[in-house]
Amino acid sequence: MSFINYGQREINCKIVYYGPGLCGKTTNLQWIYQRTAPEAKGKMISLATEQDRTLFFDFLPLSLGEIRGFKTRFHLYTVPGQVFYDASRKLILKGVDGVVFVADSQIGRVEANMESLENLQGNLAEQGYALEKLPFVVQYNKRDLPEIAPVEELRELLNPTHHPDYEAVASKGIGVFDTLKAVAKSVLTELKRGAGA
Amino acid sequence: MNVVMYEDELNQIQVVVDKLVRDANARVVCIVDKNGQLIAASGETENLDTTSLASLIAGTIAAMGGMAKLLKENEFPTQFHEGVKANIHIQLVGNRVILAVIFDSRATLGLVRLRVKRASDELNTIFEALAKRIPHGSDGAPFAEITDEDIDNLFND
Repeated sequence: MSFINYGQREINCKIVYYGPGLCGKTTNLQWIYQRTAPEAKGKMISLATEQDRTLFFDFLPLSLGEIRGFKTRFHLYTVPGQVFYDASRKLILKGVDGVVFVADSQIGRVEANMESLENLQGNLAEQGYALEKLPFVVQYNKRDLPEIAPVEELRELLNPTHHPDYEAVASKGIGVFDTLKAVAKSVLTELKRGAGA
Repeated sequence: MNVVMYEDELNQIQVVVDKLVRDANARVVCIVDKNGQLIAASGETENLDTTSLASLIAGTIAAMGGMAKLLKENEFPTQFHEGVKANIHIQLVGNRVILAVIFDSRATLGLVRLRVKRASDELNTIFEALAKRIPHGSDGAPFAEITDEDIDNLFND
């Protein structure tokens, strides 16, 4: 649900990074924060536990520039990945315009990825959204680790409908901006499509 | 469906928040939508990160809404937090937007509550009118003309 402000000639969109615990959602946002010019970003807020696990959400506002005289702003959020924080995940999905699913490529985390994706679908459905109809990008993270599943296998499990997907090593920034650009572009394209309908 | 704000309504909202800052002796007044977007702000906002504040205010309202649901309540529409120097009063208005008032010892909670009540009624009227306007308006019209090139240009480093 984009927020179009004619008064201030601004358009605000909400992107949520979803995925299992420790898959690298916060790391994606941290890299974006570190590598974005100061004038294009706001403060990054992390509501985390003492052990640096996301408790509620991370938040990073970004300005991408102007389209047809409208400032485009993206608010990036992460959800807490741990299974028992489901109530918080539901809240953060409210009003979402685009979703990035960060998958942990390690073989041992295949099931956790699938469980998280199902949880995403279920939580979206509760709010009347269908994942297939939302701007959606998949990121296969941690490609630098040993014992990772082949991308083809992950794609078949997590992205059978062929949304844009990227391999990534978020801790080194690989694939982070490709993912962000893809989802932002997809959100704006959807907005254009919605406006033309 | 997208949320659309037009210049007329935004000006009306700004009048209400400017007045609330004065009437309640507040430091800052913010209007935030439930998804965390800042709609309007007034008062001593120069050194305040209102974007982050808006997202966190929406987060607390969302969390309280989640708690309300578990307790079979509809909502907990009002929150008050007292600090050493600053206090914050958060009010859900018409289940649509959030009105937050930050104040210090120049104001009292009673005064803030009283003024918030009146401002909430005024805001409700404005947002009701806005909600009715959307089906007739051209929701996102300027974006129908966006080209793929416009979108690509945003990402040229």
